[in-house]
Amino acid sequence: MKPPIFDYVAATSIDMATAAMAAAGGDAKILAGGQSLMPMLNFRLLRPSILVDINRIAGLSYIEADERSLRIGALTRHYQLETSPLIAKAFPVVACAMTHVAHLAIRNRGTIGGSLSHADPAAELPMLAILLDAELDIASANGSRTIPAREFFLDALTVDLDGTEVLTEITLPKLPEATGWGFQEVARRHGDFALAAVGVLLTASGGAIKKARIALTGVGPTPQRAAAAEALLTGHAPEPDLVGRVIEAVRAAIAPETDLHASADYRRHLAGVLTGRAIAQAWRRAHETVL
Amino acid sequence: MSKSREITVTVNGAAHTASVEPRLLLADFLRQTLGLTGTHVGCEHGVCGACTILIDGDSARACLMLAVQADGRTIETVESLGRISQMNALQEAFHEHHALQCGFCTAGMLMTATDLLRKYPLLSDDDIRQGLSGNLCRCTGYEHIVKAIRAVLVKNVLDKRAVG
Repeated sequence: MKPPIFDYVAATSIDMATAAMAAAGGDAKILAGGQSLMPMLNFRLLRPSILVDINRIAGLSYIEADERSLRIGALTRHYQLETSPLIAKAFPVVACAMTHVAHLAIRNRGTIGGSLSHADPAAELPMLAILLDAELDIASANGSRTIPAREFFLDALTVDLDGTEVLTEITLPKLPEATGWGFQEVARRHGDFALAAVGVLLTASGGAIKKARIALTGVGPTPQRAAAAEALLTGHAPEPDLVGRVIEAVRAAIAPETDLHASADYRRHLAGVLTGRAIAQAWRRAHETVL
Repeated sequence: MSKSREITVTVNGAAHTASVEPRLLLADFLRQTLGLTGTHVGCEHGVCGACTILIDGDSARACLMLAVQADGRTIETVESLGRISQMNALQEAFHEHHALQCGFCTAGMLMTATDLLRKYPLLSDDDIRQGLSGNLCRCTGYEHIVKAIRAVLVKNVLDKRAVG
């Protein structure tokens, strides 16, 4: 249980990191918090020729607000997200979800950029990124690009990064007024990866839902939005009959797998139950919270 | 073999300079290079919490960090908390409440609890249990560990009142 031999560079700038990535020709790995990468190295599931440590890049860890959005540096630790007043004010769903992410010792080290790039199928942050319509800034030696989070997650542990690219910043567009949130997760033990977790955002207008967003994790290879379920809610109040149909739409939209931790049927059942609860939370908050 | 690097790390108040291979885990550096065997190594993939240390004051798993990453950092291990003749309040509480049996998880429990007590109010025993959920103990059933941490919280409140 010791890592294989690799070379190591402690990058002090994004340019230095991307140059090292380019030089390795796709055989490098970025070392951010290391909370998923290091176990994989210890198990020798990965044998990169070089680790590019980005922990010493100054100015890659920040949470900054402007009028339209919150910008988060890729090296921002989970514990900073969990406790940031800016996050608590603009995206309380993130602050809530972060308390479900692993354990304090992991949250002290793990980073948002690392979690998104690793893309565990049952992790919370990738789901939050698609729930919140995040935009991701990606740098490489050839320049930079920005893509929506919904296009970033391709498959389990597979994202739209070509092996020489590094995620640098996550932008969360601010939520409309009268938007309430719900977050529900079931895990076998507190801090474990989710068997199923659901995030819901409902924007209220009068007595009806003007816009609904539902995102799920743990129930497929990637986090996903439940578009059909969202459409059912739009323009209506979440009466019990309608929520019942939304739950069925969520269950129909997912293809969970059976593994050691839970059966596919149980995960599908959970996804529905948790969606119903998260909708109720979000609808209540949409009326009591002015964001 | 990959080229070794020279690192300087402050561990429990003392600066150490050593040459390390990039792949050397921080846990192994502490135990084998520095001889600080209080930090235990259990699962070596970040699940059991036995190797928890503080780096720049924040708890972390020493099996999920490389020694080279600790260059220039400040580390505290269980050896920093107290001595057998002079245990700190948390260690006293573990002793008093029988919060250990075989002792393998204890170093990680103590370092985790140290960080938890600094960062969270831990108002209920559920909060304490959640905080300890990343540290495995196969002897105690956790009951006495929770009691020990609760005792420290109560003592802190009483101490504050006595001062006030």
